[in-house]
Amino acid sequence: MARSTARLLVADDNKVNRLLLQRSLQLQGHQVFLAENGRVALEMLRADSYDLLLLDIAMPEMDGFQVLESLRGDLRLRDLPVIVTSAVEGMDSVVRCIESGAEDYLPKPVNAVLLKARIGASLEKKRLRDQQKELVRRFATREVADDLDASGFALGGHRVEATVMFSDIRGFTAISELLPPEETIELLNTYYTLMFDAISGQGGVVNQMIGDGLMAIFGAPLALPDPCGSAVRAAQEMLEMVELFNLEPDRAGKTAMQIGIGIATGSVIAGYTGTDQRATYTCVGDTVNLAARLEAHTKVAGRAILIDAATQAALDGGTATEPIGAVHFKGKAGAVEVYAIQAA
Amino acid sequence: MTDAVIDAATFAELQEAAGSEFVAELVGTFLEEAPGMLAELRSARAAGDGERFRRAAHSLKSNCNTFGALGLGLMAREIELRGLQADAAQDAAALDTLDAAYAKVDAALRELIRG
Repeated sequence: MARSTARLLVADDNKVNRLLLQRSLQLQGHQVFLAENGRVALEMLRADSYDLLLLDIAMPEMDGFQVLESLRGDLRLRDLPVIVTSAVEGMDSVVRCIESGAEDYLPKPVNAVLLKARIGASLEKKRLRDQQKELVRRFATREVADDLDASGFALGGHRVEATVMFSDIRGFTAISELLPPEETIELLNTYYTLMFDAISGQGGVVNQMIGDGLMAIFGAPLALPDPCGSAVRAAQEMLEMVELFNLEPDRAGKTAMQIGIGIATGSVIAGYTGTDQRATYTCVGDTVNLAARLEAHTKVAGRAILIDAATQAALDGGTATEPIGAVHFKGKAGAVEVYAIQAA
Repeated sequence: MTDAVIDAATFAELQEAAGSEFVAELVGTFLEEAPGMLAELRSARAAGDGERFRRAAHSLKSNCNTFGALGLGLMAREIELRGLQADAAQDAAALDTLDAAYAKVDAALRELIRG
């Protein structure tokens, strides 16, 4: 069996303890780094990446409890497994370590066999946690993953100001019927790659993909200085990318891809919806409905990008817009002023 | 006290786990470091610094237990748990006893790594 080598940091003010731990861990095949007090350990942890920290409690300058506190307050370091190795006496110290986030506690002198077992278990747990995080990152956006990381998961939402975008491929069902399934998926993947690049490049978050349609949010969960401008710039880039895509040599003779985009700005309710088992970060409310309606209306109006009055009002003079009149949308009491974005 | 200065089983276990050669080096490190810990105890006592006093005793205790210097480790432990005493003379007496016990540990450890 291949032995897994981990990068371990040992923080201990006592030289004999440091050297002995280093020796034991090296014999177990690990890479070992040494810090002679908590302050130095924290500096090293912030400057470099380690798999696990072996932490002494009684140290000058910064003791083990203070290190544990600092780690807990650090988004990047708070998941670092820490095994406290100490000769500090009394159950209350052990309890305090565990409560402060230490994974485990080993009394000194440290038994080598026990040390090996505990380190193995901690590294395995870390590997699973890293895997989980990786999964979250793949199926959620980075912003949502960070939000989950920082605030944890709770169903329920809050009201935020945001700009919502809907986009889909015109006549995609007809296109897909002419293509073998593999090509349909490949086309969708290309489309999504292009759209994601444009949207995330402007700070937006794609939070739903349904068939050939997608929904993106600008300004939540992370605030943006100019969500309307960002959304419109992203939409313009999306159009350009689709045009470039249609010009690619291998697309010659095939149906050109066309997209429609609707954008609306206002108050939305953002948060995690679903159940405790299956949930998603989303935004709901009138603004979201309006953006979806505007996107649907692009076909009727024969325009690629339609925006609402609130988005239009927030744009600076740099973007040319054209009022196309008031439109009655389903679910809306009054008529809504609609603007088309002129091609960049 | 009839107990050995260095507990043979503990020392052998350490050699088994870390290797005799490494343990010889580690003993060398301890013999270099320990006088500093004893000096730190006296200096902390003189300065009336209870935290430093406890920490030095704690450090010494920890190393003693590693090498099997259990008697000296117990004395250091008592000092750690007791902390500074109101009567400085009592601490001074305890530190004298500790120094004397350490001298025996020093000799015994040198003997062990030579043999």
